[in-house]
Amino acid sequence: MTKKLASRRLFRAALSGGVALSALWALGHGASARAQTTLTVAMAANPQMETAEKLIDAFNAKYPDIKVKFQTLPENELRPTVLKDVATNAGQFDVVMIGSYEVPLWAQKGWVHDLSKDYIPADPGYDVADLTKPIADIVSYKGDLYGLPFYGSSSFTFYRKDLFAKAGLTMPEHPTWDQIASFADKLNDPQHGMSGICLRGVPGWGQNLAALTTVINTFGGSWFDMSWTPQLTSPKTKAAVQFYVDLLRKSGEPDAASDGWQECLQLFSQGKAAMWYDDTVFAGPLIDQAAPDVKNNIGFAFAPVKETKYSGWLWAWGLSIPKTSRHADAAWKFISWVTSKDYIQLAGAKAGWGQVPPGSRNSTYQIPEYQKATAAYSGITQESVNHADPLHPTVGKVPYTGVQYVSIPEFVQIGDFVSQQVAGAISGSLTVDQALDTSQKRVKEIMDDAGYGQ
Amino acid sequence: MSSFRSSRSFGGGVATVATWIGGLLMFAPVAWMVLTSLKTEQQAVSDPPTLFFIPTFAHYVDAFANGFLASAWNSVVAAGVSTIIVILLAVPAAYALAIRPVQKWRDVLFFFISTKMMPVAAGIVPLYLIAKDLDLLNTRLVLVILYVSMNLPLAIWMTRSFMTEVPPELLEAARLDGASRSREMVTIILPLIRPGLASTALLCFIFAWNEYFLAVNFTTTVATLPIFLQKFLSFGKLYTAQVAAVATLVNIPVVAAGWLVQKSLVRGLTFGAVK
Repeated sequence: MTKKLASRRLFRAALSGGVALSALWALGHGASARAQTTLTVAMAANPQMETAEKLIDAFNAKYPDIKVKFQTLPENELRPTVLKDVATNAGQFDVVMIGSYEVPLWAQKGWVHDLSKDYIPADPGYDVADLTKPIADIVSYKGDLYGLPFYGSSSFTFYRKDLFAKAGLTMPEHPTWDQIASFADKLNDPQHGMSGICLRGVPGWGQNLAALTTVINTFGGSWFDMSWTPQLTSPKTKAAVQFYVDLLRKSGEPDAASDGWQECLQLFSQGKAAMWYDDTVFAGPLIDQAAPDVKNNIGFAFAPVKETKYSGWLWAWGLSIPKTSRHADAAWKFISWVTSKDYIQLAGAKAGWGQVPPGSRNSTYQIPEYQKATAAYSGITQESVNHADPLHPTVGKVPYTGVQYVSIPEFVQIGDFVSQQVAGAISGSLTVDQALDTSQKRVKEIMDDAGYGQ
Repeated sequence: MSSFRSSRSFGGGVATVATWIGGLLMFAPVAWMVLTSLKTEQQAVSDPPTLFFIPTFAHYVDAFANGFLASAWNSVVAAGVSTIIVILLAVPAAYALAIRPVQKWRDVLFFFISTKMMPVAAGIVPLYLIAKDLDLLNTRLVLVILYVSMNLPLAIWMTRSFMTEVPPELLEAARLDGASRSREMVTIILPLIRPGLASTALLCFIFAWNEYFLAVNFTTTVATLPIFLQKFLSFGKLYTAQVAAVATLVNIPVVAAGWLVQKSLVRGLTFGAVK
């Protein structure tokens, strides 16, 4: 009797458990039941893209049957997330935001749509000719666009006009690295919490190596020679790295080896650094967020040089459509909208002209309101972007493209390793020679493994 | 309020002071987070730190404007439902390991804990592919399933240790009176181990609530709060205060849950400490 009762209870419990599970199933799948097209966009967390997310109502007004959902991740999380999705054919994303480093590599693997062939011819309303040429180039592969540029940027020098005036110094429009080093030395005042210059020191191929590679390029160095032999111990590359490390150790921010753009942005906006060499896209947010006495004293100059005339880097965030997307046509509607001239007008009017995505379109620089709001830096930005040459990044001939990175799949591994050695040199635990010798050896191993130069 | 001095009250005084110091040290980072969340971005990064300022709630408003509630709901479902299922499964499992041990119960117990020995990262690829094939990616259900399997071994071990503390005489008396197994479990054991169950449930809830790695790998737009938080780590602007505000909001439900079960928690965690 008791046993029978118990088994009946057990049955009932199992039944209710089953009901609960199927309810859960419905719970999970209710979210993806769709009456209209829902696009899932993976995007990097940055102020310009946040603005786009806020203005999505304007897109919905134009295309009421397309709903857009965003997944916003910091750059370092976005890369593996999107890569995993595309490489396993999971097809969760209809639009992915990928950097100019990834676009050609992914295009080569056939992971993303060739927009120049699949979509642009059928959409004459999309003004391709207006895209900034160098930026369009770096989100292309073999001449075809595989991503639409959302924003593009170069690098330049931020400096404190008031401190320069007080010290009787003048920042040239095109400073040389030697001038920068002497300014930094004069303005460095650690006792009063002032660093001569703030530079990225923290490891990461997109952190200290981005800045350092532009220095290597303008010093006449390179990552590889024409037969893909690493050039990290070549005299010019070594001179550039030695210069960067010495500059940071002598007049850079304290704890430079653990500082990236975040820390430099904090230090410079708080008036703790006299100069800062970094991405042009920071100009708008910096002026917005700097302390009151810093805000009105920020000057801008071109990226410092040595043997070349220009040395700014070149970066773009592109919006691509993975081949696995089930809503590729709707995805095109979204990416063409958010990279259009109309969108830039909308973002300027609604979110402020300092917040529009810069660098992607020539017409942006013709908008009077934009010119007025960004007069201090937009000219230098545009000229820097236009003079960056990702196809010929170095003084001598090299087999690779990309200014502050090398457009090969192995570069993430190579760059992360070398950047750690460089950070070691910046912190003083290694000499530059040690750091570069170790790097040269490891990079050679990686390249040999991958079969380059054979 | 005793006024006489003895070595005992002196020792007690030292213990009290030490406890307070320890408590304040533990609380300081939390207080700093809350304080930072009420500053402007400039004040948040200023050095020396700003201590006196006019509080702003702008970052909280921003958090809600960016979809805090939707993510909070996902977190509540994933953490809440998984915790309920864990407890429902852990109690009978622990019963079969403690009160009426099955054959080779030691091996079974060891098997449960052995599932926690491999790092999650090592199993992520097969798990991901299975979830993909079952069309479960980006659902709350997949998180519930994962969190149940993540927390179940711990819950079984904890519940089992609480059950072994139940005096066998009580159970014998109940059996003599003809109580069935389920009745024995529901009316005798459960009330006795309630404090232990509460602390087990709270721990499971906290682990699921704070879980990041599985959530970032298995979901995209159905984001839980730890994923929502990093949306604010934005390239090219200051975000310390904004992130502090979101982190404060994320903490509130956990603190509230902890406070609700506080009494049981203290008893639960010391359960069986003294025989």
